[in-house]
Amino acid sequence: MPTSRITARFEKAKAEHRAALVSYLMVGDPDLETSFQAMCALRDNGADIIELGAPFTDPMADGAAIQRAGQRSLKAGTTLNHVFTLAQRFREEDSETPLILMGYANPVHSMGYEAFAGRAADAGIDGTIIVDLPPEEDQPLRTAYAPHELSVIRLATPTTSEARMKTVAEGASGFLYFVAVTGVTGAGSADPQAIKPNVDMARRVSGLPICVGFGVRNGAQAAAMAQIADGVVVGSAFVEHAARAAETGDLTAAINGMGDLAKELSGSIRGVNRA
Amino acid sequence: MNKPNTWDQWPDENGRFGDFGGRYVAETLMPLILDLETEYRAAKKDPAFKAQMDDLWAHYVGRPSPLYFAERITEHFGKAKVYFKRDELNHTGAHKINNCLGQVLLAMRMGKTRIIAETGAGQHGVATATVCARFGLKCVVFMGATDVERQKPNVFRMKLLGAEIVPVSSGTGTLKDAMNEALRDWVTNVDETFYCIGTAAGPHPYPELVRDFQSIIGKEARAQILEREGRLPDAVMACIGGGSNAIGLFHPFLEDEMVRLIGVEASGHGVETGMHAAALNGGEPGILHGNKTYLLQDDAGQIFDAHSISAGLDYPGIGPEHAFLRDTGRAEYMTCKDDEALEAFQLCTRLEGIIPALEPSHALARLPDALETIDSAGILIMNLCGRGDKDVFSVAEHLGVEI
Repeated sequence: MPTSRITARFEKAKAEHRAALVSYLMVGDPDLETSFQAMCALRDNGADIIELGAPFTDPMADGAAIQRAGQRSLKAGTTLNHVFTLAQRFREEDSETPLILMGYANPVHSMGYEAFAGRAADAGIDGTIIVDLPPEEDQPLRTAYAPHELSVIRLATPTTSEARMKTVAEGASGFLYFVAVTGVTGAGSADPQAIKPNVDMARRVSGLPICVGFGVRNGAQAAAMAQIADGVVVGSAFVEHAARAAETGDLTAAINGMGDLAKELSGSIRGVNRA
Repeated sequence: MNKPNTWDQWPDENGRFGDFGGRYVAETLMPLILDLETEYRAAKKDPAFKAQMDDLWAHYVGRPSPLYFAERITEHFGKAKVYFKRDELNHTGAHKINNCLGQVLLAMRMGKTRIIAETGAGQHGVATATVCARFGLKCVVFMGATDVERQKPNVFRMKLLGAEIVPVSSGTGTLKDAMNEALRDWVTNVDETFYCIGTAAGPHPYPELVRDFQSIIGKEARAQILEREGRLPDAVMACIGGGSNAIGLFHPFLEDEMVRLIGVEASGHGVETGMHAAALNGGEPGILHGNKTYLLQDDAGQIFDAHSISAGLDYPGIGPEHAFLRDTGRAEYMTCKDDEALEAFQLCTRLEGIIPALEPSHALARLPDALETIDSAGILIMNLCGRGDKDVFSVAEHLGVEI
């Protein structure tokens, strides 16, 4: 199997002695063209991996910012097929930046696991985080992914015990998404040093790069997290730029704002040497 | 689908009823629901737990609830004998407290000090707040902002009982949004918080434990009818939102294959209008709130808002065991529209001197259809799962009466 785009990207970051920047946007918030421009702006300003949020009516793990982003996206009529179209368009001009689809189980179940896997792989998506498919429930997804180069990216938290981490690691690939705080997206931030032992344990047990997210909003927090993690995930802070654009109608400002934030975050992360 | 050997084997070790149920939750919640399952298995075997439940059921809730021969309803339809299982006579006025007591005792075994709950009409919220007051526990109730507005008496009751009410305005501000918000609170406050789910749905083991706590309804009804009539009923019947009162009535009769199990879903303005809450009759299998079950959803897997005159049935899903009983054919599920429930509400009030809640009024409305298929020398038991005090204002409004 050739090296996946995800693995290649973490190897590149490692070679540069730095953590990777993982950025999130809600697809179709407020429209698909803005999402495409935002993806390019994120990539051009140092985002290593882009998570494409797929909207769901009942996002039980998300805080207010991403809930509202999902509602704006659904209002614009966004479906999984739009996420695939967007990924494909981006893939036509960028063959390296890993794309991760992040969403909830029901739209995937509704499409059918096999159809979903086939379309995701065709669109150039590299992996998925399906929040409400824990290891106990994602076997149909793993079976559907087997013929494709698609990673099942799982979540771990500070409450994940070492025994549980083995279950989480089994069948996971790409990277592990470590949720820094028990809570929803956009909630309060964690003390990186307090969760360092958990992150180290997750890395040791899984053998995968560990990306830490939830509550990271600015360069200083990203730098602190970059000391303990292989990747830093930022979501709600990007989504808030789209929220402002939805109010003012100034889409260019949203795209520029997301680019500027990526620049600040990646600069801070690059300031932390992980040799 | 294969016919199971015995109905009691469900759920299996993965929390499944056939293909339904399961544990579809974010990883943060996995350790919690695995702990809950372990604790529940231990509690089930503990005679002290059972003794405490029995004592509270008898002296605090007022169980057993009577099995009442509804003589004038029976005469009115002129068919089989109709009995009401009177769970509306329970403390707090509905079957909800059967389950709340069990879950709160479990929470205390687990050392949890803060109880959260979602509520639609407010009955589960009131029952949870009541039990929390009884045991001196902190209680936070999530309630859709729309429901807070239309269920003011219950909101005030909960406040009197010392609960904190959190109005939920995300989504459309109804029961499913309240449940989302309760789940969000739970992932945030994992250490001290216990989530007391109000219906036989959610991630495993909730559907099982809610069913077990509510099965007191069917166990009593079965023993009472045997004593009274010397035989089993031809059918048992209940309304279904999430389905906790119905599964509680049905479960002890599952092995009695000759007893028909009839559930009645709320079809609002009619299933064909899209304005309804009939997940089994108008939905498709999907994944929401921790379980796989029938859901009201669009072609892209987005969840529809339910509609029903009864806030207690206003939910786009259904407990997974009902999905299983439907697909295996063991239970049958009818529907009842808003206006039919309103008529049945009035009929029962005038003929029996019992003001039923709007929820069981849905089952009452389908009585003639159910009786049509039963021998006229037969027996039917309907669960009168709640009383209508909470509904008199909204019924007056629907009837155009000013009070």
